[in-house]
Amino acid sequence: MEDMLFYDRMQFAFTITFHYLFPQLTMGLSLMIVYFKWKFLRSKLEKYNEAAKFWMKIFALNFAMGVVTGIPMEFQFGTNWAKFSELTGGIIGQTLAMEGMFSFFLESSFLGLFLFGEKLLGHKLHFVSGFLVFLGSWASGFLIIATHSWMQFPVGYEIMENGKFVLNNFSALFSNPWLWPSYLHNQLASVITSSFVVAAIGAFYILNNKHSEFGKLFVKTGVIFGLVSSILVAFPTGDMVAKNVVKHQPVTFAAMEGIFETAEGGSEIVLIGQPNMLEKKLDNKIAVPNILSFLTYQDWEAEIKGLNEFDPKDYPTNVPGLYYSYHIMVGLGTIFIGLMFLAAIQLYRKKLYKTKWILWSLLFMLPFPYIANTTGWYTSELGRQPWLVYNLLRTTEGASPTVSAGNTLFTLLGFIGLYLLLGLLFLMLAGKIINKGPHIIKQ
Amino acid sequence: MELFWYIVLVTMLAVYVILDGYDFGAGIIHLFFAKTEKDKKAITSAIGPFWDANEVWLIAAGGVLFFAFPTLYASSFSGFYLPLIMILWLLIFRAIGLELRGQVHNALWELIWDRAFGVASLLLALFFGVALGNVVRGVNLGMVENGVSTQEAHYFFLPLWNPEFSPQAEHLGIIDWFTLFLGVVSVVALTIHGANWIIYKTNSSLNGKLKKVVFVLNFVLLALVVVSLLSWHIIEPNPFHNFFEHPMLWLFPIITFIGLFGMFKVRTFKKDGMGFLFSSLFLFGGLASTVASIFPKLLPSTNTVNPSLTLFNMAAHEYGLSVGMNWFFIALVLVIVYMVVQYRVFKGKMDDVGYGEH
Repeated sequence: MEDMLFYDRMQFAFTITFHYLFPQLTMGLSLMIVYFKWKFLRSKLEKYNEAAKFWMKIFALNFAMGVVTGIPMEFQFGTNWAKFSELTGGIIGQTLAMEGMFSFFLESSFLGLFLFGEKLLGHKLHFVSGFLVFLGSWASGFLIIATHSWMQFPVGYEIMENGKFVLNNFSALFSNPWLWPSYLHNQLASVITSSFVVAAIGAFYILNNKHSEFGKLFVKTGVIFGLVSSILVAFPTGDMVAKNVVKHQPVTFAAMEGIFETAEGGSEIVLIGQPNMLEKKLDNKIAVPNILSFLTYQDWEAEIKGLNEFDPKDYPTNVPGLYYSYHIMVGLGTIFIGLMFLAAIQLYRKKLYKTKWILWSLLFMLPFPYIANTTGWYTSELGRQPWLVYNLLRTTEGASPTVSAGNTLFTLLGFIGLYLLLGLLFLMLAGKIINKGPHIIKQ
Repeated sequence: MELFWYIVLVTMLAVYVILDGYDFGAGIIHLFFAKTEKDKKAITSAIGPFWDANEVWLIAAGGVLFFAFPTLYASSFSGFYLPLIMILWLLIFRAIGLELRGQVHNALWELIWDRAFGVASLLLALFFGVALGNVVRGVNLGMVENGVSTQEAHYFFLPLWNPEFSPQAEHLGIIDWFTLFLGVVSVVALTIHGANWIIYKTNSSLNGKLKKVVFVLNFVLLALVVVSLLSWHIIEPNPFHNFFEHPMLWLFPIITFIGLFGMFKVRTFKKDGMGFLFSSLFLFGGLASTVASIFPKLLPSTNTVNPSLTLFNMAAHEYGLSVGMNWFFIALVLVIVYMVVQYRVFKGKMDDVGYGEH
């Protein structure tokens, strides 16, 4: 039984982590492609159209990866989490079925038009189909986060005698106080990924002295989108999400921040330290007094509950994992703001394309938004443990009763092998597209 | 209300089979009949802008199943665990076969992804037929051993096969001679269907040959349909019970046979789309007849201890189902609009779209 649950969780964690590497780029990138196409329509400068077409190729590759790794996510609710699906399907089935009907049809129909229809449609309709792809992908994110938010903060439900959750208020699913902050936070994080990728490829072209006209356009666009999204992801949206956690999941908040004991006269903010679960303290801690209380309640001395106030059986299952995920996300987020701020200053002074160290930093920063997005989601998901539906249904109660550990391990190994292959192919083909670069425009 | 969602679900699955079915069929044709680069290109161009949207019908049908019949979704997805995960893997290979082939110009690379696309399509057609066979045959709900349930009444698990290989064995497997037989029916039917789509959407030099293939395979299909009707009686002594009770339902078998016999005229059709129309009728009629035959069961029980899963004992709660109707109608109208736009833009022959050469 223990093994079974472990492999079910590993399989979901592995497949969703891999899957989300792709949509986090495509959601943000679709916005930037629409921007390039819009600039082209307004300015009639061919370089904007060429930029849109170049990023469309990267988009199409990522989109295909996102689709093929996305279907296993929907299936796994039933295959590995049958009990959870049976009990909550009447509610989360709504949002998941809506995702299929409203966004997947929209995306898939118009992606074909967007990729192959430029000549058939003309530029204006081509722009419209790009916009509809963007709309579909953001709607998909919205409905997934609506599902996620219900699991974090269940609303609009009743529990029947047989333990089934039944919907009694449809609109509550969409006015859930957890939903909007999480959605905006997540979408901005997705724009961060795409901005850093666009800027990094631009920096690569400038440093390589190849396609440097496009390099400049990509760096400039990436830096502007990146600065705005990096700031907004921290404040106000990140702040709003954290306030939801402290209000509704105080034990999670204590674990995230590494607070083992309630401190009198205000809590310190931990910058570095390793959770020591045996002695219930942080090792090698570096912290600044009272800041956490202020950030959370705008009061230097406000009390923040430590883990000591809660029943250990309600602790998040993996406190150190949660703590590290959260700190990595926040740490990287801070670096993103700093780098984009410096880059924006150089851009304003018209010196950015010659400031080598910033270009190199932009290039090397490419993997880090992916890490920040992933650890952000780990913060959210590990933070919800040991619950599937917060405070109502435990993870131990949700797995499929008849699927044995051996079968799940078999499919987990299969997914690992297959996704390794997919990952290698993806890198190879993305490298090929980037190396080839946009078409050179004849003057 | 349950009935409404039941009809929606079955219709969506039928649309999926008709639409993605031609993609699978095109893959099988690609595997066995496409020899020249030009033929291969014609085939992938004919399904290029569509297959992805076609696959969405499976995802959307899965979503509707989850939402309207969550207990059935939970029970069947966990019970058919291994074949479902394998279907996922095959769908991945089909997709990357199509998408990656054109990315590198190298004969070996192209060969690998051609085969990935073809073999995955063939196996998918087979697996979906086997899946239908499992639903018709039923499963040991509650995993009854010696007259006692070892699991909750609606849960089960099937291994891929058991040595007996029989649909009437005490310990069932996913694959037995009956389900495998339906798998073969599915492969033949979808091969014809895919060939009809290629004839409809291309001017390929293959078309003449494909018309012969359709004609010959149609005899095979007719024979297979007759045999499957006979073997059906072994599984279910009285498969036409529902049809005698509600004579209206005979419409579905009639549609099936119109489709089947219509295809014999494939070599004389004036319009290239006629064959596709008839094979679509066949698929729709066949699926609807099967479903009508086991109605109201969704998944029959093979033991006497636990009842079959029906649309009445599986449905979600009333409020959720009725509120779902509102958004479903809006979504449906939108989906139809998208499809009209898509098929209008990519109307006519598709040989020169140049799929996968971005």
